Amino acid sequence: MNAALGAARKPAPAAGSAAKTDPLAGLKPRLEVRNLNFFYGPKHALFDISLTVPINRVTALIGPSGCGKSTLLRTLNRMHETVKTSRLEGQILLDGESVLDQDVTRLRRRVGMVFQRPNPFPKSIFDNIAYGLRVNGYKGSISEAVEKSLRRAALWDEVKDALHKSAYALSGGQQQRLCIARALAVDPEVLLLDEPCSALDPISTAKIEELLFGLKEICTMVIVTHNMQQAARSSDLTAFMLEGHLVEFQTTEQLFTTPSDPRTEAYITGRFG
Amino acid sequence: MSAGPVPASRSFPKRLIQGDQVAHVITFVAAASILLIATLLVIILWDNSALPRAKFGLSFFTGRDWDPVNEIFGAAPFVYGTLVTSALSLVIGVPLGLGAAIFLAELAPAKISDALTFVIELLAAVPSVIYGLLGIFVVVPFVRTTLAPPLMHTLGAVPEIGFLFKGPCYGVSFLAAGLVLAIMIVPFIVSVSREVLLAVPTDQREAALALGSTRWESTWKVVVPFALPGVLGSVFLAMARALGETMAVTMVVGNVPEIRTSLLAPGYSIAAVIANEFTEATGDMYVQSLIELGLVLFLVTFILNGLARLLILFTSRRGGAA
Repeated sequence: MNAALGAARKPAPAAGSAAKTDPLAGLKPRLEVRNLNFFYGPKHALFDISLTVPINRVTALIGPSGCGKSTLLRTLNRMHETVKTSRLEGQILLDGESVLDQDVTRLRRRVGMVFQRPNPFPKSIFDNIAYGLRVNGYKGSISEAVEKSLRRAALWDEVKDALHKSAYALSGGQQQRLCIARALAVDPEVLLLDEPCSALDPISTAKIEELLFGLKEICTMVIVTHNMQQAARSSDLTAFMLEGHLVEFQTTEQLFTTPSDPRTEAYITGRFG
Repeated sequence: MSAGPVPASRSFPKRLIQGDQVAHVITFVAAASILLIATLLVIILWDNSALPRAKFGLSFFTGRDWDPVNEIFGAAPFVYGTLVTSALSLVIGVPLGLGAAIFLAELAPAKISDALTFVIELLAAVPSVIYGLLGIFVVVPFVRTTLAPPLMHTLGAVPEIGFLFKGPCYGVSFLAAGLVLAIMIVPFIVSVSREVLLAVPTDQREAALALGSTRWESTWKVVVPFALPGVLGSVFLAMARALGETMAVTMVVGNVPEIRTSLLAPGYSIAAVIANEFTEATGDMYVQSLIELGLVLFLVTFILNGLARLLILFTSRRGGAA
């Protein structure tokens, strides 16, 4: 079921829907997933996924609960390795270099992650941001880097007078923006976001979506969401997954207006999931 | 489906059995009884130590003589011994216990962790007299023949800290008591700290790993600080046990009521002297002095626990974790 993607990697297909165009036309790849199969113990969780994430764009992964979108996301910075029984087959390339063969701490510095629930450390706001800089042996001025990250995450104006207060004193939405700032502090090339707004109210969600839009300039983003409006609003490309398969990968506009697979259409019109 | 309308109010006996007020009263009584016991304890110790309080006053704390024949009683050597042996046990036991807890919670496979934890909790249930025997037959000879001589010759010659390791050493000593106490408190520290470390949310570890931390950096810089209030709690539980430990200390500390700076010298502790001398105490002054020692131990424990609370409050305030 990777017709869409197969098509994406070649010139426009001769057969099939005439409306189908290459969603990656003119875009440089940042991450390339090739024939990825993933297992939790005996359970086959991802089936032969191939997907290309283009540089400086927001790519959304959507699909019903349990479809494997978070699992796929977590393979991109090898967070799946925290599950001991997991097994991965296939290739994942970051800028043409295999992520599986490189030092995992270096990889995770390059591919940052924001989680479902805000998870600041029980430290001050400043120390939360500085943590990543410190463990990675950052040489420059930490306070400048902290300010830069907080500004990028649109949090600076709200916290600049409270940098040494506990991160736990912030609201949920602020905490999540702090987590984004913390991830941005180490200058990742890719930012993975695992349902970053699912624990937040609509106003905080809107702020984060706006923020992600602005961050496209500095990094590539992959966002997992089960909120289709969010995918439609904030992403450039969208991949629809179902039961461990990648069903369709298109520009967001095309996927939501003229989906080529009937299952995609059924999902985005709310007939299941 | 239709079981009739819900009655407007339940009958009085039913309300009494199921009622919030009853639960409130019962739990309140249970909680109040704890306070009551603590208060009674202090009152009884206070009432029964009137003679030495009147005779020695505050100098009971500073008095260095313990002379039952002439009825001169001072608590200083015992307070000193209690504090020194407890501090030693923490210095030895905390790194050991915390290290083991980190291994069991963060690194060991679940099966090994569970099996080892079972053994450790078994150790916590061993009666202290057994540890005392271990002390007499293993720790004391070990200190005398193996540990003390090199300590005297190396650290004993260092100018600043040499006074801690002056000989001669006959085995029974503050050091032996500290070692036995350390063995006794490690299970407490391990078992509680492991639980606390396991309770640290996974997303904290993942947040650290996702920033490019190694496993150890995530453990040491994120998981342990997150768990710190609970880990400190386990340390203070262990400290309370060490302060009050009687049997095992009596068997290895040497039972000499003197204040010596050397850790290799014998000493005494409050709990040990009460246990040793209570049955033989003749005369009201002697008996009541021992009771006042009990009051002093209560006070020492109370003060140290208070300081511990403050420390926990301070660390959690700074960190911000609830």
